[in-house]
Parts: sequence; C-alpha cells; structure tokens
Amino acid sequence: MSDAVVIAGHALREAVRRRVLLVVGLLTVAFLGLYALAAFQVFDSLEASDGGFIAIDDRALAGGTLLGLAMFAILFLGVVLAVFLTLGAVRGDAERGLLQPLVVRPVGRTTLLAGRLLAASAVCAPYVVAVFLAAVAITRVAGDFTPGSIVVPAAGLALGVVSVVAISLLGSTLLGATANGIAIFMLFGTGLAAGLLGQIGDALDVDALTTASSIISWAVPFEALYENGLHALTADIGGVTGVIVQLGPFGGASDASAALWPWALAWTAAMVALAALSFRRRDL
Amino acid sequence: MSPGVTLALSARGLRKRYGATTALDGVDLEVGAGELVGLLGPNGAGKSTLVKIACGLVRPTAGEAAVAGAPAGSAAARAATGYLAELFRFPGWARAEEVLALHQRLVRSRGGAAEREALLERVGLAGEGRRRVETMSKGMQQRLGIAQALIGEPRLVLLDEPTSALDPAGRRTVRDLLVGLREQGVGVLLNSHLLSEVELVCDRVVIVDRGRVVTQGRPHELTAPGGVEIETSDGVRRLPDARREDVPGIVRALVAEGVDVYGVRVVNGTLEDAYLAAVVGRDG
Repeated sequence: MSDAVVIAGHALREAVRRRVLLVVGLLTVAFLGLYALAAFQVFDSLEASDGGFIAIDDRALAGGTLLGLAMFAILFLGVVLAVFLTLGAVRGDAERGLLQPLVVRPVGRTTLLAGRLLAASAVCAPYVVAVFLAAVAITRVAGDFTPGSIVVPAAGLALGVVSVVAISLLGSTLLGATANGIAIFMLFGTGLAAGLLGQIGDALDVDALTTASSIISWAVPFEALYENGLHALTADIGGVTGVIVQLGPFGGASDASAALWPWALAWTAAMVALAALSFRRRDL
Repeated sequence: MSPGVTLALSARGLRKRYGATTALDGVDLEVGAGELVGLLGPNGAGKSTLVKIACGLVRPTAGEAAVAGAPAGSAAARAATGYLAELFRFPGWARAEEVLALHQRLVRSRGGAAEREALLERVGLAGEGRRRVETMSKGMQQRLGIAQALIGEPRLVLLDEPTSALDPAGRRTVRDLLVGLREQGVGVLLNSHLLSEVELVCDRVVIVDRGRVVTQGRPHELTAPGGVEIETSDGVRRLPDARREDVPGIVRALVAEGVDVYGVRVVNGTLEDAYLAAVVGRDG
C-alpha cells in the first residue's frame, strides 16, 4: 500500500506542477460564478413575476432544474478531469518512455495502477462533491431552495467519476492516450444519450426506449448514479411541479433500486481488476 | 564462473515471439558478478528484447532468465536490477533530485540525500540536483538516467545505449563509472552500437543477430591478428601474415641486411572487423 501511496503522490505532484489543478480551479470558479449569476437572475425574475399557473411551485421548479443542470455540468467536469488524469496511464506513458523506469522497480504493476487510481480518485471525487455543495449553497442563497437530498446526488457524482477513472485506466492498458480519451468520452456521451432517451421513453410511455436506457445506464453505472442523483434532488417535490421537473432534461425520472450502489462498486472494482490483469500481461 | 557464485544474470534458451516475428530464438547468456559484458548486434537483432526480459518489462515466450538467482521479473530480481532504457524519459516538471528520491523510495533505499548527491557527482551532475529535467540537455538527462539506474546498489546494471547522447567527456565519465562498478562486483550488460566503447571497457562481448548469439568471447579473442608493420629507413613495410612471435626474427633479418629499424607495430584487427565478420558474414 505504501508503494501505491508513493505513486499516487508522484501523480498528484505532477498534476500540481503541470498546473492542471490550478486551471481546473480557475475554470470551476468561472463555472460557479456563471451558475450564481444564472441562479440569482432566475429567482429574481420569479420574484418579479405574478406567479403564472397557480398549481406550479415555480421556485421548486427553477431550483430543481438549476441544480439538475449543475449536476450535469459537474459530472461533465469531473469526467473531463478523470479522463485527463488517467488517459495515458499505461500505454501512453509507456510510449513516451515514462513508465518503464517505474515498472522495473520492485513495485508490482497492480500497485502502480492502484497508485494512479488512488491519485485520480482523490482529486476527482472530492472535486465533484465540493462543486456540487457549492452549487447547492448558491441555489439556497439565491432562491431559498433546498433539494430533497444532498447526500445521494453527491455520493452518486463521487462514485460516478471514480467509475470513470476505473474504465479510463482499463482503456489506458489497451489503447494509446488519444484513442483512450476519445473512447471514454464517447462512452460518456452514450450514457448521457441513453439517459435522455429513457426520459423520452418515460414521457411517451415507450417501453422499448425505457428498457434500452435502463440497460445502458446499468452497463455504464455513472449514468445510473447520475440519474438516481437527479431523482433524489427533486424526489420531495410533489404534484404537477414534481411531474414537470422530472420530465425535464435535468430531472431524474427514474429511481434506481437499492442494488445500484453495490453494483456500481462491484463494476468499478471489476474494471480495476481487468485493468490490472491487462497491465500484467502487457509487454513494455 | 566458479561454482557457488551467483551470476548477476543468467539466461537459458530464451525465446520471444511477437506474433509472426521471432525476436529471440534460444539465447543463452551469462553475466558474472563484476563482469562487464557488451551486447552487440544490428538493429532488430533482439538486443533490447533480451535486456527487457532481464528487467521484467517483457515476458519470454520460452526459456528462463534469472537476476542474482531470482527469476527475472520477480520483485527480488527487480530489486537487484538497475536499468536504463534506450528510449526513456523522466517527467519534465521534476527536479533531478526528485527523480532520484522517487526511485529511492521505490527500491526502499535508505541512502537519502547523501546517496543522491554521490550519484549525481558520479555521473558528472554535481550541483544540478535542483535543476528541472525539462531544462536539461539530452546528455544531462542520460547522465541522470544512469544515476537513477545505480540507486539502491543493484547487483546487475542493464544499460541500453547509455552513451548515445553523450559527448566524448561524458563517454569517458561513463567508462570510468563502468570500471568502478566492476570493482564493486556489479555485473553490467552494456547494449551499445559504439563498438569502440565496448572494446575499451568490456571484459566480454556477445554478438547477437536475428535473435541468436552468433559469437562471444573476450574482445582480444574475437579480433583477428592483422600482421606486422615495421618502420625502416626504406619506409614502412607491411607484413600481413606475420605474427607477434615473428617480430624478433624479422628485425634481426632487417638489421643483418643493413636496414635501420625505427619502430615495429603488431597490428590487431578491430572489434568492428570481428563484428562485421560475425554479422555481415552470416548474410553471405
């Protein structure tokens, strides 16, 4: 374990020295600034309006939709970070000659991989949780809106990006850095598209779409975790408002079963195990 | 090698295939403790594959290799090995002493700052510990690579083209360093295209072609005699078939003829001649 910590420390030092974390920090501040501007503008305009339809809680609708949008953006930022921290971990670094001096040391290849997993997870998971909490705080200050759950979406985001780290590490043992990055982003896009199709299927009551979406979401559990988090955000909003917010692009229509969490953990562990197996068999 | 003395490197019947390509086709090789062995051969002969099997980067298709008695690739073997790859790179953001400190931690060296400073001085980088890798010339990076390979007092040092980027002074430094390793009882396998370097410093030379050892021996054993040159008052006479033992008789005969003799040189063939005879000769 101590060797994995040494490797993780090396990877984190690289992220700091290469100013990856600085750039991410600055862009995140910009994102939160824009989010705050949007949230205050939306809630101010609601304040000024005469209420519209009586049956709709427009504050809950706006708050739920804004936080859903924030979750989408945060997941995207977290995935970008996860992919860029790991896309060249094995083949990319081997092609550049960075990996060989480390692999010949008496550190197991699995330990090297564990170090990279640890480093990327230690950056990405706290990152998405912190940005999500900041978005929740902004939404509360701007519109006095508190989501139905904070823990479930935050934990879902965290486990979701860790699962992306795992699949990206597996990809890095099979593909060069560029090809791996493209593959992971396409997988991410496929998951999101499947989620949207599922919502369309729900709205139009098309079982085939809903089933296909559900299968894809579980095959790439970051999507199922994201949808579950979206659902938890607005689960306590009832009536017409609840229906509208959950049908929207940033509303979670589906409530995952209790099996999602162990499944996502097992899936992530399986990806790491496959990555370790693939790395062990690879000639460098 | 005397019985009971553990070889720094021992390889028996090593074969390696990459798909349809045979990189090694039954190589036997030994490097004794305190022995400097030069590994020569044309591009694609299998030299780098042999070195990579020894340090655990590549798995053999058949045969076995051991480093200091431990199976090549095992943690014990890697702990006893220092390796400089032909195409290696250290992170540009890292300082020289950070590179060495990382490798110290991975081999659990307790040498600390004293070991780092001593190694940097040994490779001619004294006082450059704070320098970042990205600001170093290729030659300086190669010196740093050699210093990295010597961390933790390895029993076998594998150097793949260690002087390719070095100027003549740098090559001299490396030659002195190799002689020092021999005195410490470290076995060295030196893979190089610089035949003059190998001839100057190596105890034994192994020539590999098309995945097989085509000849091996001490440099002077491999080089063929090239006759005798005698500088006389009539000019330089070349006797291509004469040998060292013939010199006194030749000189006596010349003096008896009234010819003044100013100098005699026994001409030996070069390692280059031996190499070309072994490699090009096989091509017919």
